Amino acid sequence: MLLTAFAIFTDGLVYAAYLFVVAIGLTLIFGVMKILNVAHGSFYAFGAYGAAIAVGLYFNQGWPAAGGFLLMLLVAMVIGLVLGLIIERGLLRLVYGKDEIVVVLVTYAAFLILEDVIILLWGTNSYALYQPLVIGGNVEVSSLILSGYDIGLVVFAAALALLVTWALKRTRYGRLLTVVIFDRETAAAFGINVTVVYTVTFVLGAMLGALGGAVMAPKISVTLGIGVEVIVLAFAVVAIGGMGSIEGALVGALIVGLCRAAAVHLVPQLELFVIYVVMALVLVVRPYGLFTRAQPRKI
Amino acid sequence: MTYRRKWAQSALVALAALLAAGTAPAPAQQPAAPPQPIKIGIVTFLTGPAAAPFGVPGRNAAEVLIEALNKGKVPAPYNKVGIGGAKIEVKYVDEAGATANTVTEYRNLVQRDKMDVVLGYVSSGNCLAIAPVADELKTLTVFDVCGTPRIFEEKPRKYIFRVNPTATMDNVAAAHYVLRKIKNLRLYSGINQNYAWGQDSWRDFKLALGVLAPKAKSDKVLFPKLFSGEYGAEISTLLTSKSQVIHSSFFDGDLEAFIYQSTARGLPKRIPIIFTTGETSIFRLAKTITEGTMIGARGPHAMLAHETALTKWFRQVYSDRFSQLPVYPSYHMAQSLFGLKAAWEKAQAKKGGARPTTDEVIAAFEGLEFPTPSTTVRMLNGKGHQGVTDTAYGTFHYNKKTRQPELVDVVYYPAGCVNPPPDVDSVTWIKGGMKGAKCK
Repeated sequence: MLLTAFAIFTDGLVYAAYLFVVAIGLTLIFGVMKILNVAHGSFYAFGAYGAAIAVGLYFNQGWPAAGGFLLMLLVAMVIGLVLGLIIERGLLRLVYGKDEIVVVLVTYAAFLILEDVIILLWGTNSYALYQPLVIGGNVEVSSLILSGYDIGLVVFAAALALLVTWALKRTRYGRLLTVVIFDRETAAAFGINVTVVYTVTFVLGAMLGALGGAVMAPKISVTLGIGVEVIVLAFAVVAIGGMGSIEGALVGALIVGLCRAAAVHLVPQLELFVIYVVMALVLVVRPYGLFTRAQPRKI
Repeated sequence: MTYRRKWAQSALVALAALLAAGTAPAPAQQPAAPPQPIKIGIVTFLTGPAAAPFGVPGRNAAEVLIEALNKGKVPAPYNKVGIGGAKIEVKYVDEAGATANTVTEYRNLVQRDKMDVVLGYVSSGNCLAIAPVADELKTLTVFDVCGTPRIFEEKPRKYIFRVNPTATMDNVAAAHYVLRKIKNLRLYSGINQNYAWGQDSWRDFKLALGVLAPKAKSDKVLFPKLFSGEYGAEISTLLTSKSQVIHSSFFDGDLEAFIYQSTARGLPKRIPIIFTTGETSIFRLAKTITEGTMIGARGPHAMLAHETALTKWFRQVYSDRFSQLPVYPSYHMAQSLFGLKAAWEKAQAKKGGARPTTDEVIAAFEGLEFPTPSTTVRMLNGKGHQGVTDTAYGTFHYNKKTRQPELVDVVYYPAGCVNPPPDVDSVTWIKGGMKGAKCK
């Protein structure tokens, strides 16, 4: 029983880390821009493809492992930067101020286009980046074997949460972002260049999405369609935590991760059901998620 | 002019015309019009997670085979141009998307594009959805990869044929192979995708072990969502089990993700795994698969194929074009195309060389026996609409000298050992103790 509880805890943490890394960019973009960005799944997929190909090549040369992990981050940053700029400057800029549904549809169109761009760039083959999993090794704790890479993923997600929270609360740009999240019009009235904030935020969100794909690439088969599954789960996490809330994404990821792990161990038939039951229950009690701020009433 | 003179003049003109016709050179013979092409709609995954391991190898096989068939360059008995002398025209359609969309695309192929035959489908869910529509539209449809036994067991299907055997064959053979490798099996677990294919596969494996090793019990039974991609909790659950073997019918990206993640956590070293569709990943994941993993190919395909002239030819043309060896979905496509060609030409021969109707092709297809690259198919089940073949399993070994994966300890199971007899549904057959199984 103790072993099962320990397994639920560790599995829940690993799954939560995966969900948080994927969802944080999505919630950041929604918080600032009020855009439900379906193309986030494509950022994840591009990050995974980029890492699988570039880092796979790196490891095949037999170069030092640390460089491979750094390259993984670098590739994600570059992909996020390029894709974020293209989508925001080339597409979203044209629909700012339009109905929210229109903007969602535009991001959905971008998602579909980017799926085909993946085929054009990398074909229909699947790619593997297994070396980081091998390098990470494993440790046996009370007859449960844990992957070193999974432990690293949890540490990485925790560090990312701390870094983003610190950046939002302690840096000048973070405070500007917080102001825009709270009230865009007031922020603009106080002289904040909201357009620039939008561009930077979207690019940051795209980088985080690509980062999610890059760090997950060693664990999955990098193949067509990986962005679809991710975006559905990321939406669930963000809806539970509250759209636009970093703490919400963290808590949402932990709730979903732990509940899912408990279901797999105890009642496997409910594995999928439990994620959406949790989401439904939270939304019944808190329709805007757990961590949404009270909205000022505008007259 | 009297009536008699008119008649005489007409007779003279007619006679002159007849004479002229007799002496004039005969007009040049018009070349016979080429037979009307046979239009085949091929549906498989061209995008999405199932494209790389299934859809694209199947499509690639169709491409090289149809090209060779149209040139008449396939070895005997398939050396006649196209199908019955008629060239094949093909349209490829992506199977990706919701099932409702797949059904719409099927209707488009039949009603808008006027396809003579629709061939393909990887997903068992899609096959179950297409079957009644094919009967409704009276269109000859050949399923090539999907394996759920329910297609013909729930209802006879006049217009549907499936050349490759069902999941029952894969999983009954898997049960035999597991018992050969693991003596005194007492406890086993399973992880399968949560839809028709995964559920049916586990059911047949468990039922077969219930007959072959009645004392063995199932422990962890996991059905993660299709394409979920992250299996940390499932792997922990299996690690906490005392099972002696794990059964999995995972395919596509799920199969590969599970292999990466379970290998990193040492699961296959602790508990050996049997992958009923593992062959699709054997080359790509050669360095990741754990020694001793049991591998199936849904028939004696690829590394498990019987070496015939047709097998060697197919392997050669495929690898020449795509620089890689064909995997089992490629063989399933080849089996389906050759089955269709054999049935069509049989019906055409019966009709004195005239183009047969759909009903005539169906009559010829029922109960047909024909060679394919890998093995001989007999359309014995599902009232002659469902093929049966022998099958094989092997154990993974990475040859460090050749740096190539190998399958060792390969065991072949005759068709009569692992497939239900004609017109007996798989569950009834297995639950009844697999009576009539001929395994020697």
